Amino acid sequence: MTAKKRRRLAFALALLVAGAGAAALVLFALKDNVLYFYSPSDVLAKHVRSGVAFRIGGLVAPHSVRHGPGAAVRFTVTDGRAAVAVDYRGVLPALFREGQGVVALGSLTEGGTFSASEVLAKHDERYMPPEVVDALKRSGRWKEGQ
Amino acid sequence: MTGEIGQLALCLALALSLILSGAGLSGARAGAALARDVAVASAMGLLVFVALAFGALTYASIVSDFSILNVAQNSNTLKPMIYKITGVWGNHEGSMLLWVLVLSLYTAAIAVSRQGGERLVSAALGVQGLLAGAFLLFILFTSNPFLRLDPAPFEGAGLNPLLQDIGLALHPPMLYTGYVGLSASFAFAAAALITGTRDWARAARPFMLAAWIALTLGIALGSWWAYYELGWGGFWFWDPVENASLMPWLIATALLHSALATERTGAFRSWTLLLAIAGFSLSLIGTFLVRSGVLTSVHAFANDPARGLYMLILIVVAVGAALALFAWRAPSLEEGASFSPISRETTLLFNNVFLTAATSAVFIGTLYPLALDWLTGVKLSVGPPFFAVTFSPFFLAMLVLVPFGPRLGWTKGDGRAALRALAPGAGIALVAALAVLALAVPRSLAGAGAFGVAAWLIAASIIDVRRRRILSPSTVASALAHAGLAVTLIGIAGTTLWRSEALEVLAPGETMNVGGYTLRLDGVEGRQGPNYQAARADIAVLYGGRTLTVMHPERRLYPVEQQDTVETAIRTTIANDLYLALGDERENGRWTVRAYVNPLAPLIWLGALVMALGGFAALWSRLRSPRTVASVVPVPAE
Repeated sequence: MTAKKRRRLAFALALLVAGAGAAALVLFALKDNVLYFYSPSDVLAKHVRSGVAFRIGGLVAPHSVRHGPGAAVRFTVTDGRAAVAVDYRGVLPALFREGQGVVALGSLTEGGTFSASEVLAKHDERYMPPEVVDALKRSGRWKEGQ
Repeated sequence: MTGEIGQLALCLALALSLILSGAGLSGARAGAALARDVAVASAMGLLVFVALAFGALTYASIVSDFSILNVAQNSNTLKPMIYKITGVWGNHEGSMLLWVLVLSLYTAAIAVSRQGGERLVSAALGVQGLLAGAFLLFILFTSNPFLRLDPAPFEGAGLNPLLQDIGLALHPPMLYTGYVGLSASFAFAAAALITGTRDWARAARPFMLAAWIALTLGIALGSWWAYYELGWGGFWFWDPVENASLMPWLIATALLHSALATERTGAFRSWTLLLAIAGFSLSLIGTFLVRSGVLTSVHAFANDPARGLYMLILIVVAVGAALALFAWRAPSLEEGASFSPISRETTLLFNNVFLTAATSAVFIGTLYPLALDWLTGVKLSVGPPFFAVTFSPFFLAMLVLVPFGPRLGWTKGDGRAALRALAPGAGIALVAALAVLALAVPRSLAGAGAFGVAAWLIAASIIDVRRRRILSPSTVASALAHAGLAVTLIGIAGTTLWRSEALEVLAPGETMNVGGYTLRLDGVEGRQGPNYQAARADIAVLYGGRTLTVMHPERRLYPVEQQDTVETAIRTTIANDLYLALGDERENGRWTVRAYVNPLAPLIWLGALVMALGGFAALWSRLRSPRTVASVVPVPAE
């Protein structure tokens, strides 16, 4: 084997080892760190276990927002067919309004409410979170041009 | 008139880009001097007409010409002048025009530089012409900024207030200078394959460096903006859009190192070509991710499927053609001399392996959710923990090896001498790690490791500079870049591992505590800005019973856009950032207040500046004496 071939082999081996390491790490990390997106209907239909982190999206139900105590907020997310109560302690996004699209990140408690660690609203008037649009389409509550 | 001038200029630019690609590629043959002159002239013409089109759009925005749809949708007479100008690239059409403007600038720079032989330059110009043509077609057919609106409205819709900010105004041009700068490396690599030139890396190096500097600064600006404007206290969210800019940076970094070896000894010749292709491919993919509307983000303006499809086809054709060219021609370019296991080449090899692996981790985490949604309809997202687990190990492993590179010679290095020289650095690193482990509260093994690695890098940079008999700009460049990375690492470790945060609902007069500070809300008052109304809080900061300062976080409402934004107040000292964000108003005049103490946070961006300085030092040394590194002899393959 010439020096050149040896060098190429070393290079290929190094890449292979790093690639295998990367693949193993990626698979390992994907297993634990993936967040699924569910609509309120999905949550009821799929019996999502409590404590498993996921994202929920839909519209903030009218007259459902209750503040307090302190920085705590409780509201209901709905896709028109099902609704899930959300508990959150934190600053609400600037465009959080009743009737508007919202995505929350967190997990279900034993009692079936969604405990959110993060709440995101749409960024501006022209924009609606795409997942929320899909969820509303599936429940038949989305009209084109909305 | 402005719209018609712009439209005409774009059409002429398209024609010139086609002439440029034809003339440039035929100028790659020996003896085609006329074609080469035509290519250089059309590269200049391309820049003139693209600049004219960009100027026309800017003028229309400044004078609020709402008969142009793009201006009517994104501007407003009340908007401050600075944002009328920067708002030109704050929307899809304008930002694509900026993209092509930067591409034309690089093309003109290649035409002027004339490094690396006439045939190589001509072929590179031809490739740039093809890229410019493809993007001009994209603009004219799917994203024309000069479409008219009849009748013209009296007032425009305004610009997303989040984008009305100086940090974000500068972020896109800087990032594009980096993204598009990689097109020059790509063009030179393709030209090298076409003409069989082995010595292309030297000619391309100034462009690689310019792209790398701009990417470094662009990413830093974007993260700084996210830090102070979003009000979440974080500087990096592993958002797909952020990843889209990080991946080209990682590959550009690998390319800079690999090209160094190729230039000096001819090692990794094919690999360097592949990296040049991969770097620009990732720029294109990044542009696609950000511009096609497939992502949920502030950046995703466009939702027209035709745009995404066109750009996807463009990527497949450009990357596919380059890889086919590589497969066909690369074997004819000979590899250089071999090197021993203990040599600078080996350290650069590890640099590349780790950087490529880190890039793959980010690539999979970014594209896996998109692919899964497209294939199965399952919607999921990959969170920051994924990237922390997959990206960090490779990056930290690489950092440990960095100091050996500059201390080992090319081809065969003296391992013992390197170890002896670096021993004091290892001692300093150990002391730093132990000190952090003993003193920092709460105790953190990861933090000790990060500080140890950072101290190791900084000490090694100092050792390297002190040990040279003749201090060359390139030594200073690598020392600065490596030390800057260490400074950023310290900032990241400090902020993520030792941050304190608090969230309270306060009535005027009430106090809250965060990280040893006491914060007292003294009141919130209304204020009228040029195009917004603001609620501005007075928050007194007390430490040990003494009032340090009064800070004023704001909440702004932009009536035209019907949107509100958070204006954080940040008090920066050497030790930390005290970071306040005013939340929403609750009943009885009470307000939510979010407060963070981010230890060492300013170092994140200071480190990026130092890295960029290193890049500038390297660029300066190249531009001053491009031919001193080694003799320039282009070797034709046939």
